[in-house]
Amino acid sequence: MKREEWEELLALDYRNRGRRKARFYSDSKIELHDLYDADRLQRSGFDPERDLGFPGAFPYTRGIYPAMYRADFWIMGQYSGFGNPEATNERFKYLLSKGQTALALALDLPTQLGLDSDHELADGEVGKAGVAINSLQDMEDIFDGIPLDQPRQIFTTANAIGPIMLALFLALGEKQGIDPSRFTVVLQNDILKEFVARGTYIFPPTPSLKFAIDAVEYCTRRHPHFKPIVVCGSHMRQGGATAVQEVAFSLSNARAYIDEAVARGLQVDDFAPSMECQLSVPMNLFEEIAKYRAFRRMWARMLRERYGARKPESMQCFIRVYTTGYTMTAQQPLNNIVRVAIEALGAILGGAQSLSTNAMDEVLCIPSREAAHVALMTQHILAHETGIADVVDPLGGSYYVESLTNEIEAGARELMDEVDRRGGAQKAIEEGFYQKLMRKAAADYQREIESGERVIVGLNRFREEEEEIRIESFEVDEGVQERAIERLRRTRAGRDDARVRSCLESLENAARQGRNTVPALIDCVRAYATIGEMCETLSRVWGRYQESPTWL
Amino acid sequence: MVVKRARRIPRVLVAKIGLDGHSRGAQVVAHGLRDAGMEVIYTGIRQTPAAVARAAVQEDVDVIGISSMVGAHLAIMKKLRKELEALNATDIPVILGGIIPQKDYDALRALGAGAIFPPGSKVSDIVEYIRGVVR
Repeated sequence: MKREEWEELLALDYRNRGRRKARFYSDSKIELHDLYDADRLQRSGFDPERDLGFPGAFPYTRGIYPAMYRADFWIMGQYSGFGNPEATNERFKYLLSKGQTALALALDLPTQLGLDSDHELADGEVGKAGVAINSLQDMEDIFDGIPLDQPRQIFTTANAIGPIMLALFLALGEKQGIDPSRFTVVLQNDILKEFVARGTYIFPPTPSLKFAIDAVEYCTRRHPHFKPIVVCGSHMRQGGATAVQEVAFSLSNARAYIDEAVARGLQVDDFAPSMECQLSVPMNLFEEIAKYRAFRRMWARMLRERYGARKPESMQCFIRVYTTGYTMTAQQPLNNIVRVAIEALGAILGGAQSLSTNAMDEVLCIPSREAAHVALMTQHILAHETGIADVVDPLGGSYYVESLTNEIEAGARELMDEVDRRGGAQKAIEEGFYQKLMRKAAADYQREIESGERVIVGLNRFREEEEEIRIESFEVDEGVQERAIERLRRTRAGRDDARVRSCLESLENAARQGRNTVPALIDCVRAYATIGEMCETLSRVWGRYQESPTWL
Repeated sequence: MVVKRARRIPRVLVAKIGLDGHSRGAQVVAHGLRDAGMEVIYTGIRQTPAAVARAAVQEDVDVIGISSMVGAHLAIMKKLRKELEALNATDIPVILGGIIPQKDYDALRALGAGAIFPPGSKVSDIVEYIRGVVR
């Protein structure tokens, strides 16, 4: 049959059976055609040799490893946080005893914002979103009986305080008598996206960026196996960005970090292999799969063409994936299990290296044990029962997936050029360019739901009559805050104040003179200076950043 | 005492108080209200209750909208109430949105919350509510 003949049949079919929509679009508003075929793919300029290659080979569209999940499944890294160091210690020991090989240290908001537990703004937030860490003492308690080299990797959500967490882990290693070469710390340390989404910034953008790169520089020179930065698209996605924007903004941010590191005299091949990326995975399945493929290809091309990287490791992008919060509904929450499963499927078919699956009740409360269990088992079911991991890049060559991959790359490239024209990521963020596009996308999404154009099951269609939404309280152990403050006071009382003062002074000098702050931070944490004190010291040099009210 | 001038266009302050940085909901609502023809001030994240109360009075708003996503709603409302009392401005209605358990609704209403909008609420419902309050 010729294409024209088929098109006649198609038109006839539409006439007879109708058409659900006049036009179909992906979530990023890429218009979808009736059918994708070899002809269309070829006309889009697709060159298999250039654009696909082999898995484990440039441009890594098909995955960063030749054998992908046939060698080993992705890392199933669940994210969780607990109020106080003892509870966290207990939880970590439990997870390690169950064979979990990587630990994620979730930090409460005051810690992430450089506020000690007794700061007035910390009131009511201590120990809520994660554990409260004030000083090295808390780290010693969290890892009491857990040598740092026992887990394969320890990940933290330190962003504005990234270099301080690095110092804390290095000092803890000294205390435990374990050489840093025997453990691996992963810092999120992606400060630019904090000004766009998530919001845990402390200092203004310029010193923030410099501070983040202090950790990158220090690790590159001393501990090159650490992962000092994870460039995140996921939070911007949750904040409203489309898939194309997620790719463009996170790659633009990556450029800002790489530029800053190169400006410090680092060789791209010395630090790029330690950079990782974190992306989201909402429900628009094929677009998400294509997004990962486009992202890897763009990363590889950017590193090779723009930065002259030579090492394959610099061009291979390790992708961490989190399933999505905004696609979950408070209505009929059991349906979220299905959503998480489909999102996880997208991440795996997209070739992710690490995957965290949300619990179905996360929109209602801190996940129950049962919900957290289902979330992890969802990954095991996909890994062991479906066979999707048994072939490398099973969707490679699909007319549709390859076309979408190209379209996402083209769209993201155009947006990155626009960011470039605005003077790069930092400038674009400072003038609100990312934020404006994300706000519009989020508003469009909401409008589509309210108009019924976008169906969310259980929310605007297939609702249950008089359903009661059962949001539960964020119950944190009574007294977590009081105990954290008590512990903090004991630490402050038991340390050598003169030494703390002199270490903080050295830190201030390092910041003033534009030197790398990590060595001074290590001295500070060794002396049991608190995170609040270190951030206060730095803010005297750098200032603090605060959003101001605006008329819309 | 704040003297309200008669006007037909509602003026709304949409605020994020505390350390929580989840601002998507607040921003979607703020822009939705603006698109519905209201005058809207969005505070940005991490404001103090005192700053929000002050801005509400200074800008002579008709409604304060608070978005809370990480369980700090009761503490926020208590502090905001106190600040509004200090400015003699408890007549400004406060509405809340976000992840808020039903069991806290009564306590929040007692603290002056006029309406609470859970996840999945429509912006159009919020618009309607505000138009009902501001006459």
